[in-house]
Amino acid sequence: MTLLILFRHLDILTCKIASSHFPIGHQSSMITRPRSSSRGVSADIHAMSEDPKYAVEMRDVTKRFGEVLANDSVSLAVAARSIHAIIGENGAGKSTAMNILYGFYTADEGEILLDGEKRSINSPRDAIRLGLGMVHQHFMLVEPLTVTENIVLGAEPVAGLSLDYKRARSRVREISEQYGLRIDPDARVEHLSVGQQQRVEILKTLYRGARLLILDEPTAVLTPQEVDEIFAILRGLREQGKTIIIITHKLSEVLELSDNITVMRDGRVVGNLSTAGATASGLARMMVGREVLLRVEKQEAQAGASVLEVRSLSLRGKAGNASLEELSFHVRAGEILGIAGVEGNGQTELIEIIAGLRAQTAGEILLEGRPIDRLNPHERKRRGIAHIPEDRHRRGLVLPFDLADNSILGVHQDAPISGALLLNRKVIEERAKRLVRQYDVRPPNIALAARALSGGNQQKLIVAREFDINPKLILVAQPTRGVDIGATEFIHRKLVELRDEGAAVLLVSAELDEVLNLSDRVIVIFEGRIVGEVDPKSVTEEEIGLMMTGGRKEAGERGSRGPEEQESGERRSEGAEE
Amino acid sequence: MKGLIQQLIFPLIAVVAAFLVGGLIVWMVGDSPLLVYELFFTSAFGSVDGIGYTLFYATPLIFTGLAVAVGFKCGLLNIGAEGQLVMAAFACAWVGLVLPEWPSLLVVLLAMIAAVAAGGIWAAVPGVLKARFGAHEVITTIMMNFIAFGIVSYLTQYHYRKQGDPILETRPIAEIKDGVLTGPHIPRMHDLLAPFGIDFPAGVPLNLAFLFAIAACAVVYVFLWKTKWGFELRAVGISPSAAEYGGASISRNIILAMAISGMLAGMVGVNEVLGYRYRYYDGFSALYGFTGIAVALLGRNHPAGVLLAAILFGALTRSGLFIDIFTDRVSKDWVVVLQAIIILFVACGGAFRVGARRLKLMKSET
Repeated sequence: MTLLILFRHLDILTCKIASSHFPIGHQSSMITRPRSSSRGVSADIHAMSEDPKYAVEMRDVTKRFGEVLANDSVSLAVAARSIHAIIGENGAGKSTAMNILYGFYTADEGEILLDGEKRSINSPRDAIRLGLGMVHQHFMLVEPLTVTENIVLGAEPVAGLSLDYKRARSRVREISEQYGLRIDPDARVEHLSVGQQQRVEILKTLYRGARLLILDEPTAVLTPQEVDEIFAILRGLREQGKTIIIITHKLSEVLELSDNITVMRDGRVVGNLSTAGATASGLARMMVGREVLLRVEKQEAQAGASVLEVRSLSLRGKAGNASLEELSFHVRAGEILGIAGVEGNGQTELIEIIAGLRAQTAGEILLEGRPIDRLNPHERKRRGIAHIPEDRHRRGLVLPFDLADNSILGVHQDAPISGALLLNRKVIEERAKRLVRQYDVRPPNIALAARALSGGNQQKLIVAREFDINPKLILVAQPTRGVDIGATEFIHRKLVELRDEGAAVLLVSAELDEVLNLSDRVIVIFEGRIVGEVDPKSVTEEEIGLMMTGGRKEAGERGSRGPEEQESGERRSEGAEE
Repeated sequence: MKGLIQQLIFPLIAVVAAFLVGGLIVWMVGDSPLLVYELFFTSAFGSVDGIGYTLFYATPLIFTGLAVAVGFKCGLLNIGAEGQLVMAAFACAWVGLVLPEWPSLLVVLLAMIAAVAAGGIWAAVPGVLKARFGAHEVITTIMMNFIAFGIVSYLTQYHYRKQGDPILETRPIAEIKDGVLTGPHIPRMHDLLAPFGIDFPAGVPLNLAFLFAIAACAVVYVFLWKTKWGFELRAVGISPSAAEYGGASISRNIILAMAISGMLAGMVGVNEVLGYRYRYYDGFSALYGFTGIAVALLGRNHPAGVLLAAILFGALTRSGLFIDIFTDRVSKDWVVVLQAIIILFVACGGAFRVGARRLKLMKSET
């Protein structure tokens, strides 16, 4: 076993050397190197090398922003009719490379070849003309318009002066049937699910004749079922001759979907390899540059007394906010309770109510048996509630403040950080230096503005600040969103550490993997209600995915548990642990 | 040190560029820019008298500049300093008028408190309106200006005016009797410096309020950057939601910032009434409240910057008259033009910085 792993790492190491020292031609030969594979894509790749037909080649593309090298001599080749993944941590330069390809940025050096011909792409308009299409992470759709109107927007078939809606609709229907992207051309976009909106975006590119599709983090906002659907769609598009590039950081999806992979780190390509034979741990190592633990290592929870108790909590949502209906649950010392659910189903509101940033319309919250509803956020923090907010830019940090100032946000009123009159600069700086050291925040310069840090380091600073109060209860929302693998691993380890020291943790995350990996118990929330509780060790993605979209589990051994059965359900799980 | 230079470089470039453009204007109307520059420096800084007047003109601008800066640090644009200082000046004079028999020193103290309180309350009202109802402070403060002008003119005209006085002003609270100023007032620089053997010109109205202004700079600096209250106030100014997360009350900080802003503006009344005219003179303010916005902008909302910017604007005011008299074609309005150009350049600098930040953001997004 060990030998095998070692062998694989050697393999990747050679890829790395090859890719960083040889021009693109050598890389293609590297890709064709036979390797033991169970995935059976290697045949395609052989074919590719015999007829090196690339849909896209980037050769030594360099892009500087001021002094920062965003892309340092990036070279990659995307085989025609393949799905090519570009992976890397935040700031590795993947988006920059794709934005150059799509004409948003112009490269300082290097060249781009499409279908073997050198092209200059100076604007997205050029890119579209040349058959490129891009689907952004945040959709660019006009919500009150119909699917058809959105798709033809900017390239409308006209009859006289007005839009020839009939022709547009039949064209949209034609394309959607041709590529198997089922959608109602007359539906209003605002009524569509996120997955359907994504299909509209893809149709938009196809309508404009795209032969190459670039998708930026296509699965970030999807449910597991929607992920399966989009994968099927992308494979279908490949069958029909399209070339697809996806930018992502989810390794499991890369391995499942792609044919070839380009790994980027610090603006450079550190490897071009075939998916066959690649492993998640190997890819993670290439992305981060060191060994990383992908799974959370943790022991069975030693749950103690109930720390947080939420009773019949309700919130009547105002415009733009989700509402909550009669939520009841508890979190015990020494356990992590995960809340799974598609974003926007009330998780944000729930966490903010418990943190004191929002008032509920009904119900009560108890911390160690005492109601805390009347306490403000600062008083709750003093009682031992730490809060890692989901939006670190808006909530968690004052971005222009330096690290020292940010390290006291929320505890700035307390002795010894503040005296009766003045802030205690010395204490603040020593504490900030200690936190930065303990939590490995980089660069470790407390006089630096928080804005200057990477997402992962910003998050580490918040985690450091919050964990330093010796919390009894930790509210964690999207702890690793936009955070690189290295920092994710670190934050997960810290959370488990605090759990083991007896803290109660309430975790909300849109990443199902994260919830299932970290949590000791999981409740599923949909439209502000608890749909049921599942055991993270045994539940399948399909089951939980169904619950996340409102469908309950079929009656089975774990049974469906509505809110009314919550109490008994919890008792049952307690019983199981004894 | 590097940070300080970075802070200073943009305002400095703006001022130098404005002087060059101002010189160009002088040249275009047919006068010598060099003569105008020379007049500026000699009249404003070339003599003890000149410096005294420059600082006297700077005093109200230091207060209003600080007032705007404090509001700005909390994300508020207080353009009602004008109304606040008018209310404060009247309240200051009013205390002197209604307590004629009380000991001067006590009246001076009470009058100062009244000025600060009047300014603070007048500014706190828009603060409360914003905190409770979300009414925008730009609208409410400017409306409060008109209300203040109306109330004060009315009271002066119908209740506190001297019989037969052709000027719209209240009765004096201190007057010269037998060559000595009697009644509540604060000493002028001449009297303050005399015990130290320094002979400061008696005619220059520079008074104790200038020292208050310097002290206010220090206090505002310590408050904003060294106390937990200042920390919260600045956090609210930059990111209300993050401040709220950190346990700060957004509404309380908005009201606090407006009140402090108004109190600082109110100190202008102390300079005017207790230090200079010893009465409320309607229309005394040469738009100090509005010029304060420019001062704060040029001073980058930092007390030290405000102090320097106010002195520059004071010097411009001082030299305006001399430039008017000693040139053929340039009127004293040139000074106002120059102020406007300075602000334009500062604003351009702001745009430049925003551009630089965008570039940085683009980098970080890669």
